[in-house]
Amino acid sequence: MGFDQPPFWRYLAWVGRFALGDLGTSYTYSVPVSELIGERAGVSIPLALMAITLSTAIAIPVGVAAAAWRGRPADAGIMGVTQIGVAMPNFWLGILLVLLFSVRLAWFPASGFAGWGGGVLQGLRSLLLPALALALPQAAILSRVTRSAVLETLGEDYVRTARAKGLGPAAALWRHAVPNALIPVVTILGLQFSFLLAGTVIIENVFTLPGLGRLMFQAIAQRDLIVVQDLVVLLAGSVIVVNFAVDLLYAALDPRLRHRGAA
Amino acid sequence: MRRILAAALLLLPAGAHAKDTLSVGMVLEPPHLDVTAGAAAAIREVTYANIYEGLTRIDAKGDIKPALAESWTVSPDGKTYTFKLRANAVFHDGTKFDCGVVKFSYDRAAAADSVNAQKPLFAAIAKTECPDPQTTVVTLSQPTASFLFNMGWGDAVMISPKSAATNKTNPVGTGPFRFKAWAKGDRVELVRNPDYWGEKAKLSAVTFRFVADPTAATAAMLAGDLDAFPLFPAPEALDQFKADKRFTVDVGSTAGKIIMSLNEAKKPFDDLRVRRALAYAIDRKQYIDGVLSGFGEPIGSHYMPGDAGYVDLVGAYPYEPARARALLAEAGIKPGFAMTITLPPPGYARKGGEVIAAMLEQVGITAKLAPMEWAQWLDIVFKQYNYDATLIAHVEPRDLGIYARESYYYNYKNPEYRALYEKYLAATEPAAQADLLGQLQRKLSADEPNVFLSTLPKIGVWNAKLRGMWENAPVPANDLTSVYWAE
Repeated sequence: MGFDQPPFWRYLAWVGRFALGDLGTSYTYSVPVSELIGERAGVSIPLALMAITLSTAIAIPVGVAAAAWRGRPADAGIMGVTQIGVAMPNFWLGILLVLLFSVRLAWFPASGFAGWGGGVLQGLRSLLLPALALALPQAAILSRVTRSAVLETLGEDYVRTARAKGLGPAAALWRHAVPNALIPVVTILGLQFSFLLAGTVIIENVFTLPGLGRLMFQAIAQRDLIVVQDLVVLLAGSVIVVNFAVDLLYAALDPRLRHRGAA
Repeated sequence: MRRILAAALLLLPAGAHAKDTLSVGMVLEPPHLDVTAGAAAAIREVTYANIYEGLTRIDAKGDIKPALAESWTVSPDGKTYTFKLRANAVFHDGTKFDCGVVKFSYDRAAAADSVNAQKPLFAAIAKTECPDPQTTVVTLSQPTASFLFNMGWGDAVMISPKSAATNKTNPVGTGPFRFKAWAKGDRVELVRNPDYWGEKAKLSAVTFRFVADPTAATAAMLAGDLDAFPLFPAPEALDQFKADKRFTVDVGSTAGKIIMSLNEAKKPFDDLRVRRALAYAIDRKQYIDGVLSGFGEPIGSHYMPGDAGYVDLVGAYPYEPARARALLAEAGIKPGFAMTITLPPPGYARKGGEVIAAMLEQVGITAKLAPMEWAQWLDIVFKQYNYDATLIAHVEPRDLGIYARESYYYNYKNPEYRALYEKYLAATEPAAQADLLGQLQRKLSADEPNVFLSTLPKIGVWNAKLRGMWENAPVPANDLTSVYWAE
């Protein structure tokens, strides 16, 4: 274990092993931590991707529609529903979804993960409810951000100019207002994705999913410090990677950012 | 549209056809799967009778039945047991079962470096011999009335020398099910053993799933994700299951005794007056109603109502807070005295802690509650003896012997009790045994080393079409060897 070495050396040795992919052995289960994390990532990463896809697919059309219909009853309705979505905790939504779709209708399993061994559909089926429970509150936030960002760009001179040149309201909206409103939307998306990777602890407990969040929870409860330590580093690392990807996306979305150095 | 419908249909569960698999819910996940190297009941709930077998086994009624020993004879002095072994038993890894395995298993469990959680069970064994491969002769240093019962415990199962070191992660036994996979934190999967020596299991595969949250457990049963939850964690949801024809609700008994253990090595719990005061301060009926939803019987000693030699001592410490206060004052305990109660995860402890703290408040004791996970509890309370009081169910059957141990976590060290217990072990006449059992219980009640609260009920919920589930749990186990689905 190297306990005769000074703490600093032990720390360096640990970082070195970590970098080489040796995450140590779990105190509780006596198996390599990398194996545990690998098993769990097979649940958490698809869950996070599914949730973020659902959230985006719902939020952007809804947000744009609310902006386009600003001040009309439809806008007020959307804002009302999203306000409920923002206020509703995801675990509560998860319990409601289970009561309706699992207990009442028996369409989806209430808990657990069928695994990818029985086919992709089986796996997706057990992840759909938790993904929805995660996605809906996030979609509510995202659609409100989208709405205010699109409203802002709709008031810009270039949109008015486009309309003055004879472009229809829909074309002006989709060709000019929406692309320019994407920067704040992508920022929020990046934050949400990091949250989804690390913050699914509660949802994974509600649905008894063997994901990274539950592993973290169990490891903390059982004082399996090596697992906690590895997970914290990995999750922190993944947040950095996601933030970096978001920065790259900014450049892709906004040509001005690409040419700033040259200008 | 039609394509969408077709896809939706694919998402639905497969239609009903003859089912021969089972998924069983459990609250706790075993720390590992070697039943000879850990005290956790969850290990037995997965492996006992399913994966591992001993020479004898304990059946659903708590009776001793032959397992890997086909038959046995006992010498007149009660010291020599001759077992005739099954000729065709084979371990899952192909190792043949014979007397060498028996000798290995018992010697290993009794060895000085043994990590067996019930090592004292093997203390009476003087030697294990093999006159021929199909016969084992066990000689005891003194007659032990409960020897055959003891050898039916999970801790006394037969272990192949080849797999002894790896049983924690890849258990190998002689049982009707083989270990298939363990997804940590989620499930353990077993499959039928086609080469089993006896009647083969009717189920082709079994999955044990770990669902700790009572709400999630209820939902998983209602949604049909789980077929059975033999130790169901949400007694408050039972009425819902009773009203539903799809389920069988079973309230049975276990060998579990819920007690508030006190650390006698710590002041003031070394003082008999303080321990008695605590016993007077706790209303067992209120505990049972509030915490166990009324399922449970009060106990007055560390012994199950209904077991041979039981004496009813429930009335020894009625609920009398005034008497408790007087005893505390006599022992010099001032009102406002603070103690800590450590609470392992089960509801009888976590919910029970709240109820008991409120009762202790009435007699001027401030109880701080310290909830702990199992691993932590096993380490701090059970190994290090570093606690004031804890709520715990002892699920081992007929375990009066734990109060005669040299060293155990509640530090009860009483020479009179030990002498009595020695006498009980040596007694061969049933009448003398019963009399000594009664004396042992009375001694415990008088000394009140721990506050004896209630029996641990076994509340099980399972699919109404399931047959052969254990209604009671005389030993911690989910014996699935004769479980099947009715048409």
